[in-house]
Amino acid sequence: MLSSIIEISLGAILINNFIFSQFLGCCPFLGCSNKVDTAFGMGLAVVFVMGLASAICWVINEYILVALGLEFLQTLAFILVIAALVQFVEMFLKKSVPSLYSALGIYLPLITTNCAVLGVVLLNVQNKYNFIESLVYGITGGIGFLLAIVLFASVRERVEFADYPECFHGFAICLVSAALVALAFMGFSGMAIPV
Amino acid sequence: MNPKKQFTEGLITNNPVLVQQIGMCATMAITTTLFNGVGMGLSVLIILTCCNVVISLIRKIIPGEIRLAIFVVVIATFVTIVDLLLQAYVPALSEALGVFIPLIVVNCIIIGRAEAFCQKMPVGACFLDGIFQGFGYTVVLIIMCVVRELLGAGRFGGGLIDVSNGFRFTLDGTGAGIQIFPESYGASILSLPFGGFLTLGVLIAVMQYALKKSELKKAALAEQAKAEEEKEEDE
Repeated sequence: MLSSIIEISLGAILINNFIFSQFLGCCPFLGCSNKVDTAFGMGLAVVFVMGLASAICWVINEYILVALGLEFLQTLAFILVIAALVQFVEMFLKKSVPSLYSALGIYLPLITTNCAVLGVVLLNVQNKYNFIESLVYGITGGIGFLLAIVLFASVRERVEFADYPECFHGFAICLVSAALVALAFMGFSGMAIPV
Repeated sequence: MNPKKQFTEGLITNNPVLVQQIGMCATMAITTTLFNGVGMGLSVLIILTCCNVVISLIRKIIPGEIRLAIFVVVIATFVTIVDLLLQAYVPALSEALGVFIPLIVVNCIIIGRAEAFCQKMPVGACFLDGIFQGFGYTVVLIIMCVVRELLGAGRFGGGLIDVSNGFRFTLDGTGAGIQIFPESYGASILSLPFGGFLTLGVLIAVMQYALKKSELKKAALAEQAKAEEEKEEDE
C-alpha cells in the first residue's frame, strides 16, 4: 500500500508531471504564470480542488454510476460535480476563510475549465485506483501542477526582459520557454520504476 | 456575416489555436501521428458544429445566470456521444487519444464559441461557424502532426497511410506511413512533450509574423492608393 502511494506521488509530481508530460492544464498554466505570486495562488487552488474532486468523484462513480450501470454518464456527471464543487468551495471560502478567498480571487471559478481537474478524475477511473490512491493521485497531481507553474513563472519573469524576435511576442515565447522547462523535466523520466 | 468571411476567419485571421490561442492542451498532446491529428480534428469539428447549432437554437430561452452550466451540459452530451461512437467503430483512435476525447468537454474552443458567437447569432451562421472553426483547428493539428512526425521520425501520415501493399488509407490506425528518410536520422525529441511545446510556439510566431506582414502590406497599399488619389486631384 505504502509503496504504491509513493510510486503514485513520485509519478504525479515529477515523472509524469501533469503539465510537462501529459499536457493537462496548459491553459491556466500559460495564462496565470505572469508573476510568481499569482502562479502560487493558482497552484494552491488547483491542489485543493483536485484533491477534493478526486475524492468526491470516486465516491459518486463507485456508489452511483457503477452501482446503477450508468458508466456512460461519467463525463457528464464529473464535469457537473466539478462545477458544483468549485462553486461550493468558493462560497465556503468567502464565508469562513475570507483571507484565502481574496488571495485566490478570480482563479477559483477558472478551475472549472482546467482540464487537469477533469483529467485527474478520468485517469483515476481509467487506472482503477481505490479511494486512497485516487485521493493521493489528485493531491500529488495538484502539487506537480503547483511546482510546474511556480518554476515556470520564475522563468517567465526573466524572459520578459530578454531580447527575442518581435514575432515571438506573447504566447509564442512562453511556449518555447515551456518547451525548455519540459526538456529539463524529461530528466526525471530516468526515475521511472520499470514495470 | 457572409460565409466567405467566416471561412477566412476560422482558417486564418481568427484561427482558434494560432490567433485566439485557446484549446492548446490537446493540440500539443496528441499531435504525434497524422492519424491522431485528423481523428481529433474531425471529432472536435463534429462536436463544435452540433453544440453551436443546439446552443443557437435554445439561445433565447436560456437564463443568463446559468448559461455556462447549460453550455457544459450540451457539450458534455455531444462529447459522450462521439466518445461512445469512436469506442464502437474506431477503437484504435479512441485508444490513441485516450483521456483527451472526454476532455473535449473542457476544451475552451467549444465553450468559447458558444459564449462569444452562438449566444447572439442565428442557427445558419452558427452551423457554418462550427464547421469553419473546426476546420481551422483541424488544419493546425495536421500541420503540427506533419512537422513533428517528419522531423521526429522521418515519416509522413503514420497510422493513416499504408504503402506496403500499394497506396491506401488505413482507417484502423495500422498503417506505417511513408518513410521519407531513415528514422534514426530524425530528431526523436520532437515526438516527446518538448516537441509539442516547441512546434506550437514556433507555429504561433510564424502566424504572428505573417499577419503582421500582411497588415503592413495592406497599410502600404492603402497609403499608395491615397497618394495616387491626391496626385490625381492635384492634376
